[in-house]
Amino acid sequence: MIEFRNVTKRFPDGTVAVDAFDLVIPSRKTTVFVGSSGCGKTTLLRMINRMVEPTGGTVAIDGEDVASKQAVALRRSIGYVMQNSGLMPHFTVAENIATVPRLTGRTRRAARARALELMDVVGLDTAMADRYPSQLSGGQQQRVGVARGLASDPNILLMDEPFGAVDPIVRAELQRELIRLQRDLDKTVVFVTHDVDEAFLLGDQVAILAKGARRLQFGSPSEITEQPADDFVAAFIGAERGKRALRVKQTPHGPVLVDAEGRTQGVLVEGGA
Amino acid sequence: MNLLADAFAWLAAPEQWTGPNGLQHLLAQQLYFTAIAVAIAAVIAVPAGWAIGHTGRGREVAVAFAGAARAVPSFGLLVLLVLLFGVLHKPEAATVTFVILAIPSLLAGAYAGFEAIDRRVIDAARAVGMTEAQILWRVEVPLGLPLLVGGFRSAVLQVVATVTIAAYVNLGGLGLPIITGLSLRRYEVVLGGAVLVALLALALDALLALAQRAAVPRGVRADQGRAAAPRRRDHPESATVSPHPS
Ligand SMILES: Nc1ncnc2c1ncn2[C@@H]1O[C@H](COP(=O)(O)OP(=O)(O)O)[C@@H](O)[C@H]1O
Ligand SMILES: [Mg+2]
Repeated sequence: MIEFRNVTKRFPDGTVAVDAFDLVIPSRKTTVFVGSSGCGKTTLLRMINRMVEPTGGTVAIDGEDVASKQAVALRRSIGYVMQNSGLMPHFTVAENIATVPRLTGRTRRAARARALELMDVVGLDTAMADRYPSQLSGGQQQRVGVARGLASDPNILLMDEPFGAVDPIVRAELQRELIRLQRDLDKTVVFVTHDVDEAFLLGDQVAILAKGARRLQFGSPSEITEQPADDFVAAFIGAERGKRALRVKQTPHGPVLVDAEGRTQGVLVEGGA
Repeated sequence: MNLLADAFAWLAAPEQWTGPNGLQHLLAQQLYFTAIAVAIAAVIAVPAGWAIGHTGRGREVAVAFAGAARAVPSFGLLVLLVLLFGVLHKPEAATVTFVILAIPSLLAGAYAGFEAIDRRVIDAARAVGMTEAQILWRVEVPLGLPLLVGGFRSAVLQVVATVTIAAYVNLGGLGLPIITGLSLRRYEVVLGGAVLVALLALALDALLALAQRAAVPRGVRADQGRAAAPRRRDHPESATVSPHPS
């Protein structure tokens, strides 16, 4: 469980990136922060592993204030995946994945074995183990980033727009794999995105944020879709392609659902599951 | 008679390469002064440059210092230091002169090497749990090495050419044939000495160019075929390193 209690972050230049933020993030679920660029998502995420220190309030993991923990040890115990993979350009794929095991004193051989195991987990051909990041595609680099985040078998995995820079087809594939991974691994995932569709696809819980990390709504995708907290949220979740704004159209063969442009999106089946 | 041909004839004559004032001896002195001065300068400038590059602090001071050090004419400084240290300490005075000459390039190479590293790489290293020392040794030093070697290359070239002035204070080196040749009006000797200095500089430059290429980590070299990383440069900033005489 990760708990934000009245957390504020004011940067030295005066920017208030996070203003009195409260939230309890449940364990072993995927929680997504979604909001437009600059609203404070990254800052929130980085306060969990002390890459950013709050200027007010506390962040606690399982009841323990992160400020009371040693920053380096805390970061090693939390997986972190970032947008541009953040891989070391001079480390091979295997060395990148094995970074944390090596830092925590595992032998080169054991760390490499762990790296190869994780390459399997994230769907990377182990033949790539000795390549360098510059020799991989963007999607492959992100897989390496995810594998590195999992290397120390952390309870918590922080993901900051990890699929933001890859093309839509690869992104969809990576999203599906993350869902599969999370089913097997059962981590506490905190995922940041500005894409509502991605948030609703991946999140057990979604926090919709506005500037200053102001929380507009927190709930499951169904709760938010069924009962948006206000007009802004309703517009935000439906605005992008209007694909959550469906209406019933009667046809000779029964009712179907059409979107705002009148394109048929599905068939309305009564009862069922 | 052709002066250049005379100079080469003088250089090739076996008697120049024998005895206590033979060219092999002067060449060794030239290299010795260069090596000592660059080594001392590196011990001072590299840690300082790394500290500046790692913390991002003190850059202005370093730039100001490097600028001032460059503005000092080496010969004037040498004479001044000989006067200050006393004639018994000429080698020390010469060494200090050459150390001061070598510091700016090395300092700039050290910090520019760190500054050229993508900030996201450093950030990621910290975020996965590297200590500051681990970031320094495992990330910044290897990735900053090519520019440091570039700074080293500039420093060696500047010093090896300038060590020639040591002969004016009777410390030998390849300046010796130049000044004796001047006083005897034997210009083929002057030219022979100058040619030898130039050849030595060219040889060192070629060697260090190879070292600079070898210093690029694998993986970084691999991406040169693809879109190169945004902030890589081959030489330290021109604002603080005079263009390489090549
Ligand atoms: N180190 C910093 N110094 C000053 N302002 C910052 C810093 N980091 C982020 N900010 C500002 O804080 C706000 C929130 O940033 P961020 O958390 O990165 O937003 P998001 O991840 O939602 O795009 C932005 O206005 C950004 O410009
Ligand atoms: Mg962000």
